[in-house]
Amino acid sequence: MKHTLAVLVENRPGVLTRIAGLFARRGYNIESLAVGHTEDPEISRITIVVDGDDRVIEQVTKQLHKLVEVIKLSDITQDQFVDRELVLVKVNADPNTRAEIMQIVDIFRARIVDIGRDSLIIEATGDSGKISAIETSLRPFGLREVVRTGKIAMVRGAKFKNGQG
Amino acid sequence: MRTLNGAQIVVESLKAEGVEVIFGYPGGAVLSLYDALYGEEEIKHILTRHEQGAVHAADGYARATGKCGVVFATSGPGATNLVTGIANAYMDSVPLVAITGQVASGLIGKDSFQEADITGITQPITKYSYLVKDVKDLARIMREAFHIATTGRPGPVVVDLPKDIAAAETEFIYPPEVNLPGYKYIYNGITANLTQAVKAVNQAERPVIYAGGGIIAAGAHEELIAFAEKINAPVTTTLMGKGAFPDVHPLALGMPGMHGTAYANYAITDSDLVIGLGVRFDDRVTGRLDMFAPNATIIHVDIDPAEISKNIRADIPLVGNVREVLADLLKEVEPRQHQAWLDKVEQWRRNHPLNYDQDNEVIKPQYVVEQICDITRGEAFIATEVGQNQMWAAQFYQCKYPRRFISSGGLGTMGFGLPAAIGVQLAHPDSVVFNIAGDGSIQMNSQEFATAVQYGLPIKVAILNNHYLGMVRQWQELFYDRRYSYTHMEGGPDFVKLAEAYGAQGMRVERPEDVRPALERAMAAPGTFVIEFIVDEEENVFPMVPAGGAINKMLGGGKR
Repeated sequence: MKHTLAVLVENRPGVLTRIAGLFARRGYNIESLAVGHTEDPEISRITIVVDGDDRVIEQVTKQLHKLVEVIKLSDITQDQFVDRELVLVKVNADPNTRAEIMQIVDIFRARIVDIGRDSLIIEATGDSGKISAIETSLRPFGLREVVRTGKIAMVRGAKFKNGQG
Repeated sequence: MRTLNGAQIVVESLKAEGVEVIFGYPGGAVLSLYDALYGEEEIKHILTRHEQGAVHAADGYARATGKCGVVFATSGPGATNLVTGIANAYMDSVPLVAITGQVASGLIGKDSFQEADITGITQPITKYSYLVKDVKDLARIMREAFHIATTGRPGPVVVDLPKDIAAAETEFIYPPEVNLPGYKYIYNGITANLTQAVKAVNQAERPVIYAGGGIIAAGAHEELIAFAEKINAPVTTTLMGKGAFPDVHPLALGMPGMHGTAYANYAITDSDLVIGLGVRFDDRVTGRLDMFAPNATIIHVDIDPAEISKNIRADIPLVGNVREVLADLLKEVEPRQHQAWLDKVEQWRRNHPLNYDQDNEVIKPQYVVEQICDITRGEAFIATEVGQNQMWAAQFYQCKYPRRFISSGGLGTMGFGLPAAIGVQLAHPDSVVFNIAGDGSIQMNSQEFATAVQYGLPIKVAILNNHYLGMVRQWQELFYDRRYSYTHMEGGPDFVKLAEAYGAQGMRVERPEDVRPALERAMAAPGTFVIEFIVDEEENVFPMVPAGGAINKMLGGGKR
């Protein structure tokens, strides 16, 4: 099962290597990882999606907790949270298919951000389901490049979720 | 307020941490550091012959004292030569601060002369690592490094110091406290589970205490003895926990696992409660996981929450310092008698003792260990190498006190014993220190004989020479159809001459009746003394649980 982990870390060089290295050497699979600093420039927030059974997730969280720079870690999988991912898709588009593609873009409330001679770049944000759906819809036209940011997530409500729940 | 350069800040920080001995090897990138040490009287620097020797010596020093070991090395090859020793300390949770030189800041990342990314290289084998980028951070980093290395679950920390930072100057203020928001360890986080644990202990009919290195790290051996006696449960101690419970105690079962005693393994398998104290359920102990204590409730006490249920699912986890937790448990549990259970254990002990056949012709390695134990009354500091020599030492040296059995457990580092013995002897100059070695392992760091001699260390080195990489040969014999592929070591050296070449004393012993007199001579000698025992070439370590097997299914478990 996929778990979403929200990790607050000290914003120092090398933090990301430590986290990514921990996953690699212990054989845990990172599904996606997104990082950026928070309202406090000293602190960064990492959203990690990891696939594994309960025992794997338990070890992942415990091992992450041990890292000196990790300030707070919560598995928000079971919580109410808002999650978003941003995707850029460069899709084949000749004059015959362009209109059809633009319809799809409208349906998904995505945006065309660049027009080339025989291609379009489309920007879309949304949860993983929507991102996958738009990818699937555009695939028949021929996807040239797809860039995804990985998921970022925030728990609903006023209070920040801490590790204890 | 004093203005100091980076190198002087390091030295002043070491003094502030109470460091008395450091081990190291100079080089270009640490010239300032070594200059700062010149004429320094409060800190003794031990020059080894190889950086690996320095880091193992610092490790041995830390294990024997409970203090933090400190090692210096230069950049590039100096730093990379520390890698094995850092990994060794990491696996066995030994507090260690390694200070490495680095090329000047402006040269970093350009493949400069003697440059290596040591913080990157050591990342998976350190508790934490620093690359110092500003001399103003240095005192804080030193303070944090020692704090991280010695608290919670101890471990190695690397401080990588670029040459220009070591020369740069700033005001020296040693921070009185550390501020690490993400660094947390739980000293005593039990309460809720304590009641459950107490109930389990009070109800158990066939309890076994499984104690490890955490007992020694936490200084909990007295609590352990009191606890075991109060609940009248047998105690098995791991390789890392050897000495945490006296091997001569009537409740002592010796070591569990692959080369553990048959009675320890049978007791674990038949138990209804395993009380794991400062252990990590290592695969060398548990063997096949689903056959480990199949009918037992598992209590697991550890300061590192990530160890709980990593290998064996803990029914009752207690996260915290094992000394604190044991003290709480001790107060709450009822005194117990387990006569029927102890009788059963005693029967296993009688029927399946540790055993070997000594004859008059050839020296058995176990006999040498027994004689060392006898002559030192189980009170010496024993540093072992890795392999058969190590397992025989663990099986036949009856250790009475903690911190006196110094052995590379998790990493299994050949070449650890001699330099570790140097660290131990420096920590305890008036104590007897034996290095029990094999002919293979001793050759991995035999250059350190020179260090032992230079500092007049009266280390006794007992080489059990079977002309084989014995443990590998044993596996080849048992599991590879006796195809002894590259494990036979002919061609020397002549260890007596080698010892003498370094200015130590050496002697060779080939007959069983000469073992004891040789040990007596070594004990009486004032300096480094090497005894080469020519032992039975094909003697094996038994019992043995084949890797991945159930621990109650041993080869050679009984009387052979």
